[in-house]
Amino acid sequence: MDITLKVNGRPEQFSAQPNELLVERLRDGLGLTGTKVGCDTGQCGTCVVRLDGRSVKSCLVLTASAGGSEVATIEGETTRGGELTGLQEALRQEHGTQCGFCTPGMVMALGELVDSTAGGAAPTEAEIREWLTGNLCRCTGYHSVVRGVQRACAVARAEAPAGTAESAAVAASGAAAQEVRGT
Amino acid sequence: MTAVTGEAPAVGDGVLGQPLDSREDPQLLRGEATYVADIDLPGTAHMAILGSPVAHAKILSIETKAAEQLPGVLKVATAADFTDVMPLPCIWIPGGVESHFPPHPYGLPGARPVLTGDTVRHVGDPIAVVVAETPRQAAAALAAIAVEYEPLPVVTRADEALAAGAPQLHEAVPGNLNAYWTCGDKDRADAAIAAAEVTVELDLVNQRTINSPIEPRGAVGDYDATTGEYTLYASTQGPHNHRFLLSALVLGIPFNKLRVIAPTVGGSFGTKGYLYPDMALVLLLSKALGRPVKWVDTRTGLMNSTVQGRDHRQHVTLAGTRDGRITAVRCTSYANLGAYPSTIGPGVATALMGRSISGMYDIDAAFCEVYAAFTNTVSLGAQRGSGRAEAAFLMERLVDRYASEIGMDPAAVRRRNLVPKEKFPYDNGLGWTYDSGNYRLNFDRAIELSGYADMPARKAEARTRGKRLGVGLATYVAICGVGPSTRMSREGMLGGTWESANIRVHPTGEVTVIVGSASTGQSHGTVFAQVAADELGIDPDTVQVLEGDTQKAPYGQGTYGSRSYSMAAPAVALTARKIKSKLIRAGAVFLGVPEDKVVYEGGRVHEEGNEENSKTFAELAMAMWYGWGLPAEIEPALDETTHFDPPDFNYPFGTHVAVVEIDELTGETEVVSYTAVDDAGHIGNPKIVLGQIEGSITHGLGQALMEAAVYDEQGLLVSSDLTRYALPRAADVPFFTLDKTVTPSPHNPLGAKGAGEIATVPPAAAVVNAVVDALSDLGVQHIDMPVTPEKVWRRLRGEAQ
Repeated sequence: MDITLKVNGRPEQFSAQPNELLVERLRDGLGLTGTKVGCDTGQCGTCVVRLDGRSVKSCLVLTASAGGSEVATIEGETTRGGELTGLQEALRQEHGTQCGFCTPGMVMALGELVDSTAGGAAPTEAEIREWLTGNLCRCTGYHSVVRGVQRACAVARAEAPAGTAESAAVAASGAAAQEVRGT
Repeated sequence: MTAVTGEAPAVGDGVLGQPLDSREDPQLLRGEATYVADIDLPGTAHMAILGSPVAHAKILSIETKAAEQLPGVLKVATAADFTDVMPLPCIWIPGGVESHFPPHPYGLPGARPVLTGDTVRHVGDPIAVVVAETPRQAAAALAAIAVEYEPLPVVTRADEALAAGAPQLHEAVPGNLNAYWTCGDKDRADAAIAAAEVTVELDLVNQRTINSPIEPRGAVGDYDATTGEYTLYASTQGPHNHRFLLSALVLGIPFNKLRVIAPTVGGSFGTKGYLYPDMALVLLLSKALGRPVKWVDTRTGLMNSTVQGRDHRQHVTLAGTRDGRITAVRCTSYANLGAYPSTIGPGVATALMGRSISGMYDIDAAFCEVYAAFTNTVSLGAQRGSGRAEAAFLMERLVDRYASEIGMDPAAVRRRNLVPKEKFPYDNGLGWTYDSGNYRLNFDRAIELSGYADMPARKAEARTRGKRLGVGLATYVAICGVGPSTRMSREGMLGGTWESANIRVHPTGEVTVIVGSASTGQSHGTVFAQVAADELGIDPDTVQVLEGDTQKAPYGQGTYGSRSYSMAAPAVALTARKIKSKLIRAGAVFLGVPEDKVVYEGGRVHEEGNEENSKTFAELAMAMWYGWGLPAEIEPALDETTHFDPPDFNYPFGTHVAVVEIDELTGETEVVSYTAVDDAGHIGNPKIVLGQIEGSITHGLGQALMEAAVYDEQGLLVSSDLTRYALPRAADVPFFTLDKTVTPSPHNPLGAKGAGEIATVPPAAAVVNAVVDALSDLGVQHIDMPVTPEKVWRRLRGEAQ
């Protein structure tokens, strides 16, 4: 069947089998291999992309059902070699990635959390951990990832227009408090 | 706060030890790193593997014609197509005993054939492969292969496999016994136990677990018919090792006709250091088809083929005095090797576990015996903390049981029995000689940091909320730094276990470090650059680090057993020192002064007492590139290599404290705080090690609370995907409270000890000790892992285990 969708802002038109998964289209059809496959059952979260702004597991989405949508993958977050996004930079500073295989999915899932809370209170540690339950990581134990999100939220608030400064200070001190727990 | 003990060896005071950001991270965060599954060579065909659906059966017939007719199918192959290919060898034979293995043509212990032709021995045992134009076509064709089986009886437990009348797996292995292996002094331990004031015993199950790196394994084979050269891209921890084993011992091709490349590897934790049939198959089929052949495993495929961990059933005994002095420990263990010996599985199940059982304690009499048996399950191998975690679990459970028996505080019993500082190097009587340690300092710091003294008050408070709070301690010593090659040969390792580094200084002053190891997510590029930069006094940003390609890198054994920083980094440091020494000799020529008047500091040489007469590192690099004016005894260029083989292993250690709360209504166990004080000697990059410690603890908590590879009576792996095999998720763990002590190892020039996996060793013991503590007033003396809510709920209701 003929499908039209936008990937990272670029229109794509192709013919796909009805049982084709979105992750197959992205990786094999469009060569966007930043999106990973780590399981067969929708558990690991390495294939998370954003579909019309919401993070989804692209192994659980049929390409056909994504027709007409806007898909955002990790390749669309930054230009190659360009500046990292605020979330990526915060994760870098907290060493929130080790082998990196779960990382693109995490960045895409967490990006939605950071963006969706930008106008309000920073997510709590528990909210961040809950948000992350759809993404498995075996290397980090998640701690550096959670700290990275806290840092990203704090920075986002510090850079936000006046009026949100108070929550920014609270969030920043929260991130700092976690830091001293390290070795 | 950081406590430091011991005299540090000479380490430069520059960038080594600094928490530099990982240079690997930006590429990973952008999703730009290339893993095996991302490699797409022109003309690639795709391979799928048919694994046995039954655990034990004779193959009566295999019919492949229907599959061959399906769209896109290029080739279907079975064992009959590979009769000239040797079985994958096992290279760690538990030393000093008569071991039984399936045969290998070179007189080596054999493991599995690349495809099984006569008898399948576990679910997932590979029987046939299909190569097709697309992955979907290959997978679809598997279903069209008809195999007729004659079922055989199945055994999945090591102790049952050794019983009379048990199903037999291998003709060459009578009674399924691979090895009966011992260490320590049996008579002494038996006598001490017989004479003891107090003895305690436990029957323990250290359950089988699945390592579960998030990247499943994969392999791409590319044969060049013009040159006769094979290239293998694989998710491997040890490209050189796999090159040697595959070329010489499996395919029977010249070593220099095989190149192995490890691209970015998505985690491993032990599993990707092993040789697997798919690695040979993609090469053989690439040659047969004249095209690159690619295979990427599925998660369920991984769970039915990639080595699994732990799996000991143990009867353990501890003896001591009424006042808390431990006098003996004894362990009888039944280790489940799975259906075939994996590349180093038998050694993991015996020496790594058995020699480690006494942990941080000074015990006069210790003995361990292991019966390593074959069963109809996936092969056993290493899992983060392998062997040492099983050892720590039994010892730390015994110490708590003993403390409870004599009515002493578990912390007091532990403290009393720690190996004292003045006894190092310490012979533990089981085969390890601990290099260095200040255990009491480490232990006391963990007790203090965890707020151990406040626990009675916290327990009382928790009860008011319907929670039972428990605290559990666990200490450990984790042998690392494999290792001294000759020592490992005595352990039964067939191969050298040294490590290497090459440093080239380019004419413009930048540096390339090439190591034989290969990262699976440990930021080698960052840390090895720090080591070289620190030694040479240069900017780490000018140091490039390469690894993972056998065509470029000096030989080395790879990343396993937390060895890279205490094996490869010393090789880097020693090589940098060779460069430095050459620059001092050449500097004498360039500065026109005697050699003993040349000072190397801050990345330059100058005349002693005259800093004006100097050359920068970049100037020297260019001068050495030209080579003008050098005397005959100084070769031009700066290119040095070191092969580092340490005098002995190193022994990191630590103390962990878990605090759990059990919900009285549901039986759910929550880890509410976790304190760890680990000692890995001098650390190269604390930011990177912090990440490894946090990940390791989380992995250990997984075994304690949720992970289990469950086989049913027919040998079917029930927990064969991530809906049924539980891995810790972000909401399952709290932030940890961490600190370190620093006791340098005398066995390498950096004073380093292994770090990557060590913190996986004690958490299972700490958590189970905490749970038992929380339930102790109900008479609970032990609870098996994983500590699920159901198990705890039943114990809360007074049911026996």
